[in-house]
Amino acid sequence: MNIAMPNLLPVLPEIFVLAMACVILLVDLGVKQNRFIAYALTQMTLLFAAWLTLSDFHSQVEFTFSHMFVADALSDTLKLMTYVAVSVTLVYGRAYNGLRGLYRGEFFVLALFAMLGMMVMISANHFLVLYLGLELMSLALYAMVAMRRDSPQATEAAMKYFILGALASGLLLYGMSLIYGATGSLYNNEVALAVMQGVESKALLSMGLVFVVAGLAFKLGAAPFHMWVPDVYHGAPTAVTLFLGTAPKLAAFAFVMRLLIEGLQGLVADWQGMLVVLSVVSMLVGNLTAIAQTNLKRMLAYSTISHMGFMLLGILSGALSGYGASMFYMVTYVLMTLGAFGMILLLSRRGFEAEHLNDFKGLNQRSPWHAFLMLLVMFSLAGVPPTVGFYAKLAVLQAALQAGFVGLVVVAVLLSVVGAFYYLRIVKLMYFDEPLDQNPIKAEADMQLLLSANGLGILLLGIMPQPLMALCIYSIQHSL
Amino acid sequence: MLTLSHYLTLGALLFAIAVIGIFLNRRNIIVLLMAIELMLLAVNMNFIAFSHYMGDAAGQVFVFFILTVAAAEAAIGLAILMALFRNLSTVNVEDLDSLKG
Repeated sequence: MNIAMPNLLPVLPEIFVLAMACVILLVDLGVKQNRFIAYALTQMTLLFAAWLTLSDFHSQVEFTFSHMFVADALSDTLKLMTYVAVSVTLVYGRAYNGLRGLYRGEFFVLALFAMLGMMVMISANHFLVLYLGLELMSLALYAMVAMRRDSPQATEAAMKYFILGALASGLLLYGMSLIYGATGSLYNNEVALAVMQGVESKALLSMGLVFVVAGLAFKLGAAPFHMWVPDVYHGAPTAVTLFLGTAPKLAAFAFVMRLLIEGLQGLVADWQGMLVVLSVVSMLVGNLTAIAQTNLKRMLAYSTISHMGFMLLGILSGALSGYGASMFYMVTYVLMTLGAFGMILLLSRRGFEAEHLNDFKGLNQRSPWHAFLMLLVMFSLAGVPPTVGFYAKLAVLQAALQAGFVGLVVVAVLLSVVGAFYYLRIVKLMYFDEPLDQNPIKAEADMQLLLSANGLGILLLGIMPQPLMALCIYSIQHSL
Repeated sequence: MLTLSHYLTLGALLFAIAVIGIFLNRRNIIVLLMAIELMLLAVNMNFIAFSHYMGDAAGQVFVFFILTVAAAEAAIGLAILMALFRNLSTVNVEDLDSLKG
């Protein structure tokens, strides 16, 4: 038996991250006192992985591991953004974790393994690789949510996340098995080919598609499969919520692209209708329920659901420009989430979680600059013009309009007006109410700097969205 | 003679039992974990049946991976269950209600 050595060059970032995760685990075992070493090593790993990805940026599609693994412009771009998101997450969460006994080597190792899972998902060209990447990410995330073992809320959130995450994996796998049965292959491109040429049993394929879409909706957190999102966002330690609200969304987007668009493009007429339903229900449930929330983390969870509904608008258009718009939406959404949760982390201190809306009362009097940053984030989430959120919404709405979904676009615009209410309420609390809390805001310089850059980036991208948009369109065009 | 559809029906039945188990079960989290395992086994049944009738080994290889991942998943699930039991002293599904809104 002769096994050829696969080309390892396209997988170099993954191999490096895996090796470093193991090294950090060992180093942390030796150096018990100083956690900064594990932290610094993790950041260096991310930096070096980014360099590896950048130095071997693929403008052409390249396969390895007998076509199971693909490296293209889409995967490289999304990976770079994943590194940035994870790195920023770790900076924001450092002080918070330090005060809550989470600033430990395991946290960084789990974060790196979760990221490795995302990278594998982003680059998968085979159902098995997609599944393994997804599970590697999910298992690490379950453990991260449960890391605060003494907190009943966190363990409850972890249990709910675990059960519903496993259910979603089950649905997804069941769908994959039916698609495998209908098309006879597990490779994305061979499935696409078989679908184009027509399969023997259309019923089997459609059934598979339904299960796969349900599983994807679970993972994205789109209604009516959103039950886990509010509980997990609320119960998990805020630093972990920040982690699982950002980078995994990029991976989930890649998952949708690989499975639905590369694999099942031939069934576009079938999944378009399902995504329309998911999108409308998500926007409806997300925006309407968010109004009633008094907990900011919970409110942001419902806001996530509505944003996923918006993101789906671009995908369901079934056009390349629509996919680009969705990618832009996802990337900017991650940026805004980083800002919003970063602000909660900034205001939290020992024994105090700034997760209630009232904790933001009178922020302008306590610190005008931070109030301004939060204002930018909230404006962007609501979609108010000078910020990037407006442009992102505009792009996906245009894509849906071009595909002829006029009614859907009208509904989406109306619901985003409803959504503006609860974002602007926070602005009102910050600027027009008296502060309940007079404690000074203290944070490390690196976090302050990054949070400022984060907020200003939202404004800057809103004024000049073209470069990022061009990058998204480029990645999509050179990959599909 | 057993045909493919017999196996698919069995897979679908197992899958349905698992889903019903997850949604109807209001008593015990351990039963939930069992339902999840059953769900993965239903998927395995499908994969093996298709793989056998198509004469393609890829499906059977997939099953090995699902089994491995299921073991890892069970380990994490039980670990979380232990942590939960230490905090709440219960494994009753209905007692998981502190997160609401």
